[in-house]
Amino acid sequence: MWNKCMKALLYFFLILLAAMCLFPFLMMMVNATRSGAEIVTGFTLIPSTHTADNWHTVFEYFNLFVGMRNSILVAIPATLLSAYFSSMTAYGLAFYKFKGNKVIFMAILIFMMIPGQLSLIGFYQLCSKLHLINSYIPLIIPAIAAPGTVFFLRQYILSSLSPSLVEAARIDGASELYTFHRLVIPIISPAVATMGIMGFIGNWNNYLLPMILINKNEKMTLPVMMATLRSSTDINANQGAIYLAVAISIIPILVVFCFFSKYIISSVSAGAVKE
Amino acid sequence: MATVARKKRSKLTAYNNWGYFFVAPFVIVFLIFSVYPVLRTLYLSFTDLKIIGDANWIGFKNYQRVVTDKFFWKALLNTIRIWGVNIVLQLGLAFLLMMVFSDVKYKIRGLKVFRIIYYLPNLIAATSIAFLFNTLLDWRYGTFNIMISEIYKLFGATYNPVDWLGSPNTAGYTIAVIQSWMWFGNSFLMLMAGVQGVSRDYFEAASIDGAGRWTIFGRITLPLIKPIMMYVAITSLIGGLQMFDLPFLMSAASSASYSSVQTVMMYLYKFGFTTGSTQVGYASAVAYMLFLIIFTVSLIQLKLFNRKED
Repeated sequence: MWNKCMKALLYFFLILLAAMCLFPFLMMMVNATRSGAEIVTGFTLIPSTHTADNWHTVFEYFNLFVGMRNSILVAIPATLLSAYFSSMTAYGLAFYKFKGNKVIFMAILIFMMIPGQLSLIGFYQLCSKLHLINSYIPLIIPAIAAPGTVFFLRQYILSSLSPSLVEAARIDGASELYTFHRLVIPIISPAVATMGIMGFIGNWNNYLLPMILINKNEKMTLPVMMATLRSSTDINANQGAIYLAVAISIIPILVVFCFFSKYIISSVSAGAVKE
Repeated sequence: MATVARKKRSKLTAYNNWGYFFVAPFVIVFLIFSVYPVLRTLYLSFTDLKIIGDANWIGFKNYQRVVTDKFFWKALLNTIRIWGVNIVLQLGLAFLLMMVFSDVKYKIRGLKVFRIIYYLPNLIAATSIAFLFNTLLDWRYGTFNIMISEIYKLFGATYNPVDWLGSPNTAGYTIAVIQSWMWFGNSFLMLMAGVQGVSRDYFEAASIDGAGRWTIFGRITLPLIKPIMMYVAITSLIGGLQMFDLPFLMSAASSASYSSVQTVMMYLYKFGFTTGSTQVGYASAVAYMLFLIIFTVSLIQLKLFNRKED
Protein backbone atom coordinates (compact mmCIF):
# COMPACT_ATOMS: atom_id res chain seq x y z
CA MET A 1 0.00 0.00 0.00
CA TRP A 2 2.70 2.41 1.07
CA ASN A 3 4.63 1.43 -2.02
CA LYS A 4 1.71 2.25 -4.27
CA CYS A 5 1.21 5.62 -2.61
CA MET A 6 4.88 6.38 -2.97
CA LYS A 7 4.83 5.43 -6.61
CA ALA A 8 1.77 7.59 -7.24
CA LEU A 9 3.49 10.45 -5.46
CA LEU A 10 6.56 10.10 -7.66
CA TYR A 11 4.45 10.14 -10.81
CA PHE A 12 2.67 13.19 -9.49
CA PHE A 13 6.03 14.91 -9.03
CA LEU A 14 7.14 14.00 -12.56
CA ILE A 15 3.90 15.21 -14.10
CA LEU A 16 4.00 18.42 -12.10
CA LEU A 17 7.48 19.11 -13.39
CA ALA A 18 6.39 18.36 -16.95
CA ALA A 19 3.47 20.74 -16.49
CA MET A 20 5.88 23.42 -15.29
CA CYS A 21 7.89 22.96 -18.47
CA LEU A 22 4.87 23.24 -20.72
CA PHE A 23 2.73 25.74 -18.85
CA PRO A 24 4.48 28.94 -20.03
CA PHE A 25 4.07 27.76 -23.61
CA LEU A 26 0.42 26.96 -23.04
CA MET A 27 -0.13 30.43 -21.57
CA MET A 28 1.67 31.88 -24.56
CA MET A 29 -0.60 30.10 -27.02
CA VAL A 30 -3.79 31.05 -25.21
CA ASN A 31 -2.73 34.66 -24.74
CA ALA A 32 -1.65 34.95 -28.37
CA THR A 33 -5.33 34.67 -29.29
CA ARG A 34 -6.48 37.31 -26.80
CA SER A 35 -6.43 41.07 -27.06
CA GLY A 36 -4.26 43.19 -24.80
CA ALA A 37 -7.33 44.36 -22.90
CA GLU A 38 -8.55 40.82 -22.28
CA ILE A 39 -5.20 39.65 -20.95
CA VAL A 40 -5.12 42.46 -18.43
CA THR A 41 -8.52 41.59 -17.02
CA GLY A 42 -7.83 38.06 -15.98
CA PHE A 43 -6.33 34.64 -16.49
CA THR A 44 -7.99 31.94 -18.53
CA LEU A 45 -7.15 28.86 -20.57
CA ILE A 46 -9.93 29.48 -23.09
CA PRO A 47 -8.66 30.93 -26.38
CA SER A 48 -10.23 34.12 -27.65
CA THR A 49 -10.74 35.49 -31.14
CA HIS A 50 -8.15 38.21 -31.54
CA THR A 51 -5.41 36.26 -33.30
CA ALA A 52 -5.89 38.20 -36.54
CA ASP A 53 -5.65 41.58 -34.79
CA ASN A 54 -2.51 40.49 -32.95
CA TRP A 55 -1.07 39.16 -36.19
CA HIS A 56 -1.69 42.52 -37.77
CA THR A 57 0.04 44.35 -34.93
CA VAL A 58 3.05 42.04 -35.03
CA PHE A 59 3.58 42.28 -38.76
CA GLU A 60 3.11 46.00 -38.79
CA TYR A 61 6.03 46.18 -36.40
CA PHE A 62 8.35 43.64 -38.06
CA ASN A 63 8.26 40.83 -40.58
CA LEU A 64 9.19 37.69 -38.68
CA PHE A 65 9.22 35.64 -41.88
CA VAL A 66 12.11 37.74 -43.17
CA GLY A 67 13.89 36.99 -39.91
CA MET A 68 13.24 33.28 -40.38
CA ARG A 69 14.53 33.39 -43.93
CA ASN A 70 17.67 35.19 -42.75
CA SER A 71 18.18 32.67 -39.96
CA ILE A 72 17.86 29.85 -42.48
CA LEU A 73 20.35 31.60 -44.78
CA VAL A 74 22.84 31.65 -41.91
CA ALA A 75 22.16 28.45 -40.00
CA ILE A 76 21.95 25.97 -42.88
CA PRO A 77 25.17 26.92 -44.72
CA ALA A 78 27.02 27.21 -41.40
CA THR A 79 25.85 23.76 -40.33
CA LEU A 80 26.70 22.13 -43.67
CA LEU A 81 30.13 23.76 -43.86
CA SER A 82 30.87 22.79 -40.29
CA ALA A 83 29.79 19.18 -40.87
CA TYR A 84 31.78 18.75 -44.07
CA PHE A 85 34.99 20.51 -43.11
CA SER A 86 35.03 19.17 -39.57
CA SER A 87 34.79 15.63 -40.96
CA MET A 88 37.60 16.42 -43.36
CA THR A 89 39.82 17.88 -40.66
CA ALA A 90 39.05 15.08 -38.23
CA TYR A 91 39.89 12.47 -40.84
CA GLY A 92 43.09 14.28 -41.77
CA LEU A 93 44.19 14.46 -38.14
CA ALA A 94 43.23 10.88 -37.36
CA PHE A 95 44.60 9.06 -40.42
CA TYR A 96 47.56 10.97 -41.79
CA LYS A 97 51.00 11.44 -40.30
CA PHE A 98 52.37 14.82 -41.26
CA LYS A 99 54.37 17.60 -39.67
CA GLY A 100 52.18 19.83 -37.53
CA ASN A 101 49.49 17.25 -36.92
CA LYS A 102 50.13 17.28 -33.16
CA VAL A 103 50.40 21.07 -33.06
CA ILE A 104 47.00 21.44 -34.69
CA PHE A 105 45.48 18.94 -32.28
CA MET A 106 46.95 20.81 -29.30
CA ALA A 107 45.59 24.09 -30.67
CA ILE A 108 42.16 22.48 -30.93
CA LEU A 109 42.32 21.33 -27.31
CA ILE A 110 43.37 24.79 -26.16
CA PHE A 111 40.68 26.58 -28.15
CA MET A 112 38.03 24.27 -26.79
CA MET A 113 38.85 25.75 -23.40
CA ILE A 114 38.89 29.38 -24.50
CA PRO A 115 35.46 30.97 -24.20
CA GLY A 116 34.24 32.26 -27.52
CA GLN A 117 33.30 35.62 -26.08
CA LEU A 118 36.95 36.30 -25.30
CA SER A 119 37.69 37.19 -28.89
CA LEU A 120 34.48 39.12 -29.53
CA ILE A 121 36.23 42.49 -29.73
CA GLY A 122 39.03 41.30 -31.97
CA PHE A 123 36.50 39.46 -34.13
CA TYR A 124 34.38 42.56 -34.53
CA GLN A 125 37.39 44.68 -35.44
CA LEU A 126 38.50 42.12 -38.01
CA CYS A 127 35.05 42.11 -39.59
CA SER A 128 34.81 45.86 -39.72
CA LYS A 129 38.27 46.07 -41.29
CA LEU A 130 37.22 43.55 -43.93
CA HIS A 131 33.92 45.43 -44.49
CA LEU A 132 31.92 42.45 -43.33
CA ILE A 133 29.49 44.29 -41.06
CA ASN A 134 25.93 43.44 -42.13
CA SER A 135 27.27 40.48 -44.09
CA TYR A 136 26.56 36.85 -43.30
CA ILE A 137 30.12 35.78 -44.09
CA PRO A 138 31.42 36.20 -40.50
CA LEU A 139 28.45 34.20 -39.27
CA ILE A 140 28.94 31.36 -41.75
CA ILE A 141 32.60 30.95 -42.74
CA PRO A 142 34.05 30.55 -39.19
CA ALA A 143 31.90 27.40 -38.90
CA ILE A 144 34.54 25.71 -41.05
CA ALA A 145 36.85 25.77 -38.03
CA ALA A 146 34.85 24.31 -35.13
CA PRO A 147 37.36 22.82 -32.65
CA GLY A 148 34.76 21.00 -30.54
CA THR A 149 33.21 19.27 -33.54
CA VAL A 150 36.60 18.27 -34.93
CA PHE A 151 37.62 16.84 -31.57
CA PHE A 152 34.42 14.81 -31.26
CA LEU A 153 34.62 13.48 -34.83
CA ARG A 154 38.31 12.63 -34.51
CA GLN A 155 37.58 10.44 -31.50
CA TYR A 156 34.70 8.86 -33.38
CA ILE A 157 36.83 8.14 -36.45
CA LEU A 158 39.59 6.57 -34.36
CA SER A 159 37.10 4.25 -32.70
CA SER A 160 34.92 3.34 -35.67
CA LEU A 161 37.02 3.43 -38.84
CA SER A 162 39.49 0.60 -39.29
CA PRO A 163 42.79 1.49 -41.06
CA SER A 164 42.65 -1.72 -43.08
CA LEU A 165 39.48 -0.47 -44.74
CA VAL A 166 41.23 2.67 -45.93
CA GLU A 167 44.23 0.60 -47.06
CA ALA A 168 41.99 -1.72 -49.00
CA ALA A 169 40.49 1.26 -50.79
CA ARG A 170 44.00 2.50 -51.66
CA ILE A 171 45.02 -0.89 -53.04
CA ASP A 172 41.91 -0.85 -55.18
CA GLY A 173 43.18 2.41 -56.59
CA ALA A 174 40.69 4.77 -55.02
CA SER A 175 41.91 8.34 -54.72
CA GLU A 176 42.17 9.84 -51.24
CA LEU A 177 39.24 12.16 -51.87
CA TYR A 178 37.13 9.34 -53.24
CA THR A 179 37.91 7.28 -50.14
CA PHE A 180 36.92 10.19 -47.93
CA HIS A 181 33.64 10.82 -49.72
CA ARG A 182 32.56 7.25 -50.37
CA LEU A 183 34.00 5.38 -47.41
CA VAL A 184 34.72 7.70 -44.50
CA ILE A 185 31.69 9.98 -44.61
CA PRO A 186 29.10 7.15 -44.71
CA ILE A 187 30.78 5.45 -41.75
CA ILE A 188 30.93 8.55 -39.57
CA SER A 189 27.57 9.95 -40.70
CA PRO A 190 25.76 9.18 -37.39
CA ALA A 191 28.30 11.27 -35.48
CA VAL A 192 28.21 14.01 -38.12
CA ALA A 193 24.41 14.13 -37.91
CA THR A 194 24.60 14.41 -34.13
CA MET A 195 27.02 17.32 -34.27
CA GLY A 196 25.12 18.84 -37.19
CA ILE A 197 21.77 18.98 -35.45
CA MET A 198 23.27 20.51 -32.31
CA GLY A 199 25.23 22.96 -34.44
CA PHE A 200 22.09 23.96 -36.30
CA ILE A 201 20.20 24.67 -33.09
CA GLY A 202 23.14 26.64 -31.73
CA ASN A 203 23.39 28.72 -34.90
CA TRP A 204 19.65 29.22 -35.08
CA ASN A 205 19.45 30.50 -31.50
CA ASN A 206 22.66 32.52 -31.55
CA TYR A 207 22.09 36.08 -30.43
CA LEU A 208 25.15 38.03 -29.26
CA LEU A 209 27.35 37.74 -32.35
CA PRO A 210 24.67 38.45 -34.99
CA MET A 211 23.40 41.29 -32.80
CA ILE A 212 26.83 42.91 -32.86
CA LEU A 213 27.48 42.32 -36.55
CA ILE A 214 24.08 43.08 -38.06
CA ASN A 215 22.21 46.32 -37.66
CA LYS A 216 20.16 46.56 -40.86
CA ASN A 217 16.55 45.57 -40.23
CA GLU A 218 16.15 43.56 -43.40
CA LYS A 219 19.26 41.49 -42.61
CA MET A 220 18.49 40.61 -39.00
CA THR A 221 18.26 36.97 -37.99
CA LEU A 222 15.22 35.85 -36.03
CA PRO A 223 16.69 36.22 -32.49
CA VAL A 224 18.11 39.66 -33.28
CA MET A 225 14.78 40.73 -34.75
CA MET A 226 12.94 39.43 -31.69
CA ALA A 227 15.31 41.34 -29.44
CA THR A 228 14.26 44.64 -31.00
CA LEU A 229 11.08 44.21 -28.94
CA ARG A 230 13.22 45.34 -26.03
CA SER A 231 13.20 48.94 -27.17
CA SER A 232 9.77 49.18 -28.76
CA THR A 233 6.98 50.77 -26.80
CA ASP A 234 4.05 50.68 -29.19
CA ILE A 235 3.99 46.89 -29.42
CA ASN A 236 4.49 46.49 -25.68
CA ALA A 237 1.12 48.11 -25.18
CA ASN A 238 -0.44 44.98 -26.63
CA GLN A 239 0.65 41.87 -24.75
CA GLY A 240 -1.33 39.62 -27.08
CA ALA A 241 0.89 40.70 -29.97
CA ILE A 242 4.05 39.91 -28.01
CA TYR A 243 2.79 36.44 -27.14
CA LEU A 244 1.97 35.86 -30.79
CA ALA A 245 5.40 37.09 -31.91
CA VAL A 246 7.10 34.74 -29.42
CA ALA A 247 4.88 31.87 -30.56
CA ILE A 248 5.73 32.43 -34.22
CA SER A 249 9.42 32.70 -33.40
CA ILE A 250 9.57 29.30 -31.72
CA ILE A 251 7.56 27.34 -34.28
CA PRO A 252 10.52 26.50 -36.56
CA ILE A 253 12.60 25.02 -33.75
CA LEU A 254 9.60 23.05 -32.50
CA VAL A 255 9.17 21.55 -35.96
CA VAL A 256 12.84 20.61 -36.00
CA PHE A 257 12.42 19.04 -32.57
CA CYS A 258 9.42 17.00 -33.68
CA PHE A 259 11.46 15.40 -36.46
CA PHE A 260 14.80 15.08 -34.71
CA SER A 261 14.01 14.71 -31.02
CA LYS A 262 15.62 11.27 -30.97
CA TYR A 263 18.85 12.63 -32.44
CA ILE A 264 18.83 15.63 -30.16
CA ILE A 265 18.28 13.61 -27.01
CA SER A 266 20.96 11.11 -27.96
CA SER A 267 23.49 13.80 -28.83
CA VAL A 268 23.09 15.47 -25.44
CA SER A 269 23.66 12.08 -23.86
CA ALA A 270 26.66 11.46 -26.12
CA GLY A 271 28.23 14.61 -24.73
CA ALA A 272 28.04 13.17 -21.24
CA VAL A 273 29.44 9.75 -22.06
CA LYS A 274 32.31 11.28 -23.99
CA GLU A 275 33.74 12.65 -20.76
CA MET B 1 64.90 -4.97 -51.40
CA ALA B 2 66.03 -1.53 -50.38
CA THR B 3 64.40 0.08 -53.37
CA VAL B 4 61.12 -1.67 -52.64
CA ALA B 5 61.19 -0.38 -49.08
CA ARG B 6 62.04 3.08 -50.25
CA LYS B 7 59.33 2.96 -52.84
CA LYS B 8 56.84 1.85 -50.25
CA ARG B 9 57.94 4.58 -47.87
CA SER B 10 57.76 7.27 -50.52
CA LYS B 11 54.30 6.10 -51.42
CA LEU B 12 53.28 6.33 -47.77
CA THR B 13 54.72 9.84 -47.57
CA ALA B 14 52.74 10.69 -50.66
CA TYR B 15 49.63 9.45 -48.95
CA ASN B 16 50.47 11.29 -45.77
CA ASN B 17 50.95 14.54 -47.65
CA TRP B 18 47.23 14.40 -48.31
CA GLY B 19 46.88 15.18 -44.60
CA TYR B 20 47.83 18.79 -45.36
CA PHE B 21 45.09 18.94 -47.93
CA PHE B 22 42.49 17.65 -45.49
CA VAL B 23 43.33 20.06 -42.68
CA ALA B 24 44.15 23.10 -44.81
CA PRO B 25 40.67 24.72 -44.89
CA PHE B 26 40.35 24.32 -41.14
CA VAL B 27 43.80 25.77 -40.46
CA ILE B 28 43.26 28.80 -42.71
CA VAL B 29 39.85 29.71 -41.27
CA PHE B 30 41.02 28.92 -37.75
CA LEU B 31 43.99 31.27 -38.03
CA ILE B 32 41.90 34.11 -39.46
CA PHE B 33 38.70 33.88 -37.42
CA SER B 34 39.83 32.27 -34.14
CA VAL B 35 43.53 32.80 -33.48
CA TYR B 36 43.83 36.32 -34.86
CA PRO B 37 40.83 37.75 -32.92
CA VAL B 38 42.09 36.21 -29.67
CA LEU B 39 45.57 37.70 -30.14
CA ARG B 40 44.20 41.00 -31.40
CA THR B 41 42.01 41.30 -28.30
CA LEU B 42 45.05 40.52 -26.15
CA TYR B 43 47.02 43.29 -27.87
CA LEU B 44 44.15 45.78 -27.55
CA SER B 45 43.89 45.08 -23.83
CA PHE B 46 47.28 46.79 -23.47
CA THR B 47 46.22 49.89 -25.40
CA ASP B 48 44.02 52.92 -24.79
CA LEU B 49 41.94 52.48 -27.96
CA LYS B 50 38.50 54.05 -27.63
CA ILE B 51 36.65 53.38 -30.90
CA ILE B 52 38.80 54.46 -33.78
CA GLY B 53 42.06 56.28 -34.03
CA ASP B 54 45.46 55.28 -32.75
CA ALA B 55 45.95 52.55 -30.23
CA ASN B 56 48.68 53.62 -27.82
CA TRP B 57 50.49 51.02 -25.75
CA ILE B 58 49.77 51.70 -22.09
CA GLY B 59 51.06 48.52 -20.49
CA PHE B 60 49.06 47.02 -17.66
CA LYS B 61 47.01 50.17 -16.96
CA ASN B 62 43.74 48.63 -18.17
CA TYR B 63 44.29 45.60 -15.97
CA GLN B 64 45.06 47.79 -12.96
CA ARG B 65 41.82 49.58 -13.67
CA VAL B 66 39.80 46.35 -13.89
CA VAL B 67 41.19 45.06 -10.61
CA THR B 68 40.16 48.24 -8.81
CA ASP B 69 36.90 48.75 -10.71
CA LYS B 70 34.14 48.13 -8.21
CA PHE B 71 31.53 47.87 -10.99
CA PHE B 72 33.49 45.02 -12.52
CA TRP B 73 33.51 43.12 -9.22
CA LYS B 74 29.85 43.87 -8.71
CA ALA B 75 29.14 42.45 -12.17
CA LEU B 76 31.20 39.36 -11.35
CA LEU B 77 29.32 38.94 -8.08
CA ASN B 78 25.98 39.29 -9.89
CA THR B 79 27.04 36.70 -12.43
CA ILE B 80 28.16 34.23 -9.78
CA ARG B 81 25.03 34.76 -7.70
CA ILE B 82 22.68 34.16 -10.61
CA TRP B 83 24.71 31.17 -11.74
CA GLY B 84 24.95 29.77 -8.21
CA VAL B 85 21.21 29.82 -7.55
CA ASN B 86 20.65 28.40 -11.00
CA ILE B 87 23.11 25.51 -10.67
CA VAL B 88 21.77 24.43 -7.28
CA LEU B 89 18.23 24.26 -8.63
CA GLN B 90 19.24 22.80 -11.94
CA LEU B 91 21.50 20.06 -10.62
CA GLY B 92 19.24 19.41 -7.63
CA LEU B 93 16.24 18.78 -9.85
CA ALA B 94 18.27 16.74 -12.32
CA PHE B 95 19.65 14.66 -9.46
CA LEU B 96 16.20 14.03 -7.98
CA LEU B 97 14.87 13.01 -11.37
CA MET B 98 17.82 10.73 -11.94
CA MET B 99 17.13 9.08 -8.57
CA VAL B 100 13.48 8.59 -9.44
CA PHE B 101 14.14 7.10 -12.86
CA SER B 102 17.01 4.86 -11.82
CA ASP B 103 15.25 3.48 -8.77
CA VAL B 104 15.34 -0.31 -8.85
CA LYS B 105 12.29 -0.74 -6.67
CA TYR B 106 9.64 1.49 -8.19
CA LYS B 107 10.69 1.05 -11.84
CA ILE B 108 9.18 4.32 -12.98
CA ARG B 109 8.10 4.28 -16.62
CA GLY B 110 7.73 6.92 -19.29
CA LEU B 111 11.34 8.13 -19.31
CA LYS B 112 11.24 8.66 -23.07
CA VAL B 113 8.28 11.02 -22.94
CA PHE B 114 9.31 12.86 -19.80
CA ARG B 115 12.85 13.56 -20.95
CA ILE B 116 11.60 15.12 -24.17
CA ILE B 117 9.31 17.46 -22.22
CA TYR B 118 12.01 18.33 -19.69
CA TYR B 119 14.47 19.10 -22.44
CA LEU B 120 12.10 21.25 -24.48
CA PRO B 121 12.77 24.66 -22.82
CA ASN B 122 16.48 24.23 -23.57
CA LEU B 123 15.88 24.26 -27.30
CA ILE B 124 14.23 27.60 -27.57
CA ALA B 125 16.19 30.75 -28.26
CA ALA B 126 16.96 32.82 -25.18
CA THR B 127 15.52 35.86 -26.94
CA SER B 128 12.11 34.20 -27.26
CA ILE B 129 12.24 32.89 -23.69
CA ALA B 130 13.18 36.35 -22.44
CA PHE B 131 10.17 38.06 -24.01
CA LEU B 132 7.82 35.27 -23.06
CA PHE B 133 8.75 35.70 -19.40
CA ASN B 134 9.06 39.48 -19.59
CA THR B 135 5.43 39.51 -20.58
CA LEU B 136 4.23 36.76 -18.25
CA LEU B 137 5.99 38.41 -15.31
CA ASP B 138 4.97 42.00 -16.00
CA TRP B 139 4.10 43.24 -12.55
CA ARG B 140 0.79 44.89 -13.36
CA TYR B 141 -0.58 43.10 -16.39
CA GLY B 142 1.42 39.89 -16.48
CA THR B 143 -0.52 36.63 -16.38
CA PHE B 144 1.67 35.30 -13.58
CA ASN B 145 0.75 38.01 -11.08
CA ILE B 146 -2.88 37.95 -12.17
CA MET B 147 -2.98 34.21 -11.44
CA ILE B 148 -1.46 34.65 -8.00
CA SER B 149 -3.84 37.45 -7.19
CA GLU B 150 -6.81 35.28 -8.19
CA ILE B 151 -5.56 32.50 -5.94
CA TYR B 152 -5.23 35.02 -3.11
CA LYS B 153 -8.76 36.16 -3.78
CA LEU B 154 -10.04 32.60 -3.31
CA PHE B 155 -8.77 32.81 0.24
CA GLY B 156 -10.06 36.32 0.70
CA ALA B 157 -6.63 37.90 0.77
CA THR B 158 -5.20 40.67 -1.35
CA TYR B 159 -1.99 40.17 -3.21
CA ASN B 160 0.43 43.01 -3.43
CA PRO B 161 2.00 42.38 -6.85
CA VAL B 162 5.72 41.65 -6.83
CA ASP B 163 7.74 43.27 -9.59
CA TRP B 164 9.70 40.09 -10.30
CA LEU B 165 12.06 41.52 -12.89
CA GLY B 166 11.98 45.17 -11.95
CA SER B 167 12.95 45.00 -8.30
CA PRO B 168 16.62 44.56 -7.42
CA ASN B 169 15.64 42.13 -4.63
CA THR B 170 13.98 39.61 -6.92
CA ALA B 171 15.33 40.17 -10.45
CA GLY B 172 18.49 38.08 -10.03
CA TYR B 173 16.64 35.17 -8.47
CA THR B 174 13.89 35.30 -11.08
CA ILE B 175 16.44 35.11 -13.87
CA ALA B 176 18.24 32.28 -12.06
CA VAL B 177 15.01 30.29 -11.78
CA ILE B 178 14.25 30.78 -15.47
CA GLN B 179 17.81 29.78 -16.31
CA SER B 180 17.46 26.56 -14.31
CA TRP B 181 14.06 25.96 -15.90
CA MET B 182 15.84 26.08 -19.27
CA TRP B 183 18.73 23.85 -18.27
CA PHE B 184 17.62 21.19 -15.80
CA GLY B 185 16.43 18.90 -18.60
CA ASN B 186 19.86 19.07 -20.16
CA SER B 187 21.58 18.14 -16.89
CA PHE B 188 19.06 15.39 -16.30
CA LEU B 189 19.81 13.86 -19.71
CA MET B 190 23.52 13.88 -18.94
CA LEU B 191 23.10 12.25 -15.52
CA MET B 192 20.74 9.68 -17.01
CA ALA B 193 23.24 8.88 -19.76
CA GLY B 194 25.77 8.15 -17.05
CA VAL B 195 23.46 5.78 -15.21
CA GLN B 196 22.42 4.02 -18.39
CA GLY B 197 26.05 3.64 -19.40
CA VAL B 198 26.17 0.75 -16.95
CA SER B 199 24.35 -2.35 -18.04
CA ARG B 200 21.15 -3.25 -16.26
CA ASP B 201 22.64 -6.63 -15.30
CA TYR B 202 24.97 -4.84 -12.96
CA PHE B 203 22.09 -3.47 -10.93
CA GLU B 204 20.15 -6.69 -11.10
CA ALA B 205 23.14 -8.76 -10.00
CA ALA B 206 23.60 -6.44 -7.03
CA SER B 207 19.97 -6.74 -6.05
CA ILE B 208 20.05 -10.54 -6.41
CA ASP B 209 23.08 -10.55 -4.13
CA GLY B 210 20.85 -8.93 -1.59
CA ALA B 211 21.97 -5.33 -1.86
CA GLY B 212 19.19 -2.95 -0.82
CA ARG B 213 18.22 -0.12 -3.14
CA TRP B 214 19.98 2.45 -0.98
CA THR B 215 23.15 0.36 -1.02
CA ILE B 216 22.86 0.10 -4.77
CA PHE B 217 22.31 3.83 -5.00
CA GLY B 218 25.26 4.63 -2.73
CA ARG B 219 27.68 2.06 -4.07
CA ILE B 220 26.90 1.96 -7.78
CA THR B 221 24.83 4.91 -8.90
CA LEU B 222 26.42 7.68 -6.87
CA PRO B 223 30.09 7.03 -7.70
CA LEU B 224 29.03 6.77 -11.31
CA ILE B 225 27.18 10.03 -11.27
CA LYS B 226 29.77 12.10 -9.41
CA PRO B 227 32.14 12.72 -12.32
CA ILE B 228 29.23 13.60 -14.58
CA MET B 229 27.81 16.02 -12.01
CA MET B 230 31.25 17.59 -11.87
CA TYR B 231 31.43 17.80 -15.63
CA VAL B 232 27.98 19.38 -15.82
CA ALA B 233 28.93 21.89 -13.12
CA ILE B 234 32.19 22.87 -14.82
CA THR B 235 30.69 23.32 -18.26
CA SER B 236 27.80 25.19 -16.69
CA LEU B 237 30.20 27.49 -14.84
CA ILE B 238 32.18 28.22 -17.98
CA GLY B 239 28.94 29.04 -19.78
CA GLY B 240 27.45 30.78 -16.74
CA LEU B 241 30.33 33.22 -16.34
CA GLN B 242 29.63 34.33 -19.90
CA MET B 243 25.93 34.78 -19.18
CA PHE B 244 24.45 37.52 -21.33
CA ASP B 245 21.22 36.92 -23.24
CA LEU B 246 18.66 36.50 -20.45
CA PRO B 247 19.82 39.22 -18.03
CA PHE B 248 20.49 41.60 -20.92
CA LEU B 249 17.04 41.16 -22.43
CA MET B 250 15.16 40.95 -19.14
CA SER B 251 16.32 44.20 -17.62
CA ALA B 252 16.07 47.63 -19.16
CA ALA B 253 19.15 49.78 -18.67
CA SER B 254 16.90 52.33 -17.00
CA SER B 255 15.27 49.94 -14.53
CA ALA B 256 16.04 49.76 -10.83
CA SER B 257 17.11 46.13 -11.11
CA TYR B 258 19.70 46.70 -13.84
CA SER B 259 22.72 47.07 -11.58
CA SER B 260 21.75 43.93 -9.67
CA VAL B 261 21.69 41.72 -12.76
CA GLN B 262 24.43 43.29 -14.86
CA THR B 263 26.77 40.39 -15.67
CA VAL B 264 30.43 40.56 -16.68
CA MET B 265 29.51 40.03 -20.33
CA MET B 266 27.00 42.87 -20.11
CA TYR B 267 29.74 45.02 -18.61
CA LEU B 268 32.07 44.03 -21.44
CA TYR B 269 29.33 44.78 -23.96
CA LYS B 270 28.86 48.22 -22.46
CA PHE B 271 32.49 49.17 -23.07
CA GLY B 272 33.01 47.15 -26.21
CA PHE B 273 29.94 47.89 -28.25
CA THR B 274 27.57 50.44 -26.74
CA THR B 275 27.68 53.81 -28.44
CA GLY B 276 28.63 56.55 -26.03
CA SER B 277 30.59 54.38 -23.63
CA THR B 278 32.93 52.58 -26.03
CA GLN B 279 36.42 51.95 -24.67
CA VAL B 280 37.68 49.04 -26.71
CA GLY B 281 41.00 48.73 -24.89
CA TYR B 282 39.34 48.51 -21.51
CA ALA B 283 36.68 46.08 -22.75
CA SER B 284 39.47 43.81 -24.03
CA ALA B 285 41.08 43.80 -20.61
CA VAL B 286 37.71 42.88 -19.07
CA ALA B 287 37.51 40.00 -21.56
CA TYR B 288 40.92 38.69 -20.52
CA MET B 289 40.15 39.07 -16.83
CA LEU B 290 37.03 37.02 -17.40
CA PHE B 291 39.07 34.42 -19.22
CA LEU B 292 41.60 34.25 -16.38
CA ILE B 293 38.80 33.72 -13.89
CA ILE B 294 37.13 31.02 -15.97
CA PHE B 295 40.44 29.31 -16.52
CA THR B 296 41.45 29.36 -12.84
CA VAL B 297 38.10 28.16 -11.58
CA SER B 298 37.95 25.26 -13.99
CA LEU B 299 41.53 24.26 -13.11
CA ILE B 300 40.77 24.34 -9.38
CA GLN B 301 37.60 22.35 -9.87
CA LEU B 302 39.36 19.76 -12.02
CA LYS B 303 42.10 19.41 -9.41
CA LEU B 304 39.71 19.02 -6.49
CA PHE B 305 37.73 16.51 -8.42
CA ASN B 306 40.77 14.43 -9.41
CA ARG B 307 41.96 14.27 -5.82
CA LYS B 308 38.64 12.90 -4.64
CA GLU B 309 38.84 10.23 -7.29
CA ASP B 310 42.13 8.80 -5.96
